[in-house]
Amino acid sequence: MNTSVKDLLSQPERTFNAKELAALAAYFRVVMFDTLHDRGTGHWGGSASSAELTTSLYFNRMNIKAEDPTWEDRDRLILSKGHASMNLYTVLAHRGFFPVEELSTFRKLDSRLQGHPCMNKLPGVDMSTGALGHGLSVGLGMALAAKLSGKSFWTYVITGEGCLNEGQSWEALMSAAKFKPEHFVLMVDYNKVQLDGTEEQIMPLGPLSDKLKSFGWNVAPTAYDGNNTEDMLASFAWMDSDDVWPKAVIYDTIKGKGVSFTEGKNAWHGAVIDDASYAQGIVELTSDLHQKEAAL
Amino acid sequence: MSMAMRDAFGSKLAELGATHPELVVLDADVSSSTKSALFGKAFPDRFYNVGVAEGNMVDIAAGLATCGYHPVVNAFSIFLALKGTDQIRNTVCYNNLPVIIAGAYGGLSDSFDGASHQAITDIAIMRALPNMQVIVPGDAAQAQQALEYALTQKGPVFIRLNRNPMPDLPSASEIGTVCSVEGSDITIAANGITASYANKAASLLAKEGIKAEVLSVPVVKPLDVESLKKSVSKTGALLCVEEHVLMGGFASAVSEAFMKQGISCRFDAIGIEDTFTESGPYEPLLAKYGISAENIAMRAKNLCK
Repeated sequence: MNTSVKDLLSQPERTFNAKELAALAAYFRVVMFDTLHDRGTGHWGGSASSAELTTSLYFNRMNIKAEDPTWEDRDRLILSKGHASMNLYTVLAHRGFFPVEELSTFRKLDSRLQGHPCMNKLPGVDMSTGALGHGLSVGLGMALAAKLSGKSFWTYVITGEGCLNEGQSWEALMSAAKFKPEHFVLMVDYNKVQLDGTEEQIMPLGPLSDKLKSFGWNVAPTAYDGNNTEDMLASFAWMDSDDVWPKAVIYDTIKGKGVSFTEGKNAWHGAVIDDASYAQGIVELTSDLHQKEAAL
Repeated sequence: MSMAMRDAFGSKLAELGATHPELVVLDADVSSSTKSALFGKAFPDRFYNVGVAEGNMVDIAAGLATCGYHPVVNAFSIFLALKGTDQIRNTVCYNNLPVIIAGAYGGLSDSFDGASHQAITDIAIMRALPNMQVIVPGDAAQAQQALEYALTQKGPVFIRLNRNPMPDLPSASEIGTVCSVEGSDITIAANGITASYANKAASLLAKEGIKAEVLSVPVVKPLDVESLKKSVSKTGALLCVEEHVLMGGFASAVSEAFMKQGISCRFDAIGIEDTFTESGPYEPLLAKYGISAENIAMRAKNLCK
């Protein structure tokens, strides 16, 4: 009998390998799709896009203690694209920060699972986000705090295109290159689709790698496939490969990944998952999960 | 004249740096104007000049605050309260982080630079933000007390500072309402540096037989309603004075509280009307927009009729 995701999640503190991470991410997509359909509100497109990024960070990379969410030496993650809150909540719940059952309260009155993440309500959220473009600045502050206090924790900031449309992100990019704190990493979830249309239609960011380099960042020489966990681990290895800061990694991803009719579609940025779409989508996601589990 | 608030604030920052290892200071390329450079010289490792990027600065401070530091961000008040509003609201206030927002050159005090640099809407913006406390010191000593107070707080505090040397007010042991002149005919509640003009107005009124009571009220939020209520219960008339537009600032805060508590009195407010201001020497500029001993006395007298 092969290992199942359930077996994996019985030991969430393990450092998982690429195949295991892929199975976990596939499972989390099922949970996200289920929950967003049940609740009738939330953002599927961006949550599906960053599933491997967040899963790989929390189940392979980050030094954290679920039982002590404000541990001062912990690594930090800022999900600057806060509309992907369902992705963060799903990963945090299964990592042990709060009960998985609580996911069903998403966006309900009195819930700790706000529409966008709130650090003072929900354990494991390192920074409240929602208004786009804040993450890099706040992350820089955390990284500077590590430097000032002689700590070695890492600060990761996940942005989408929307964050990089905001001028503040470029202020933060400039200032991070001035202060050069160690262990500070920008991870761009580059799915090239925004709310109103494609990146090309709304606000072209390219050549993104060149722009980041010209702002003084140490940019990974290749763009990784952010929906492939082998690539995710390769990008982590690159993060550890030299001591030049700050670091940026661009991940090619697919918005709405895992459900054929939502992939790359801006309409699925924040659309409600209706019953017909759910019925079709959950079949695809479950099939993908079974394949990933079979490969364990 | 006392020392300018900015000199007092900057030197206090540098002094407190020695006893407060958690104190970090950020500035947006105006540290020689705000005087935060005094801290930067004494503690270069805990000083960050982020360039002209106020919003970025506020969020960097917020990140530092989540890791146990107590940042003070310095820039011109108008730019903090406009270019940094999103960051102050969504990061600092929403998360109730201990970040001190030090708004330099408050009110009309950057007088020659004109309307683009004069902060006349900052108090309204800051007091509308949940978790934010708002202090408008009236002199150098109050500016230092406000900083000391803010460093004891676990959440955000906005301190609105003045650029120029202004008269000293009667001293008090801590930041809060001070009664500088006792009287029984009318209460003049003066916010920030308008208190010294209110004190002079009281002297003018005394010559005409009107006994004005002057309260210097630096804390706009949370508002010290009790002191105001006590004075007004004696005088039956209240004149508020502020270096800010009359919408949403100190006088608005007082009238909201009075209406809610059913405190009835004759009422008037001096501040900037619904208009932009202009360049000029500070005192004549203040006078043009209503803040002078003579105008305060005249409006007080009208209320006493």
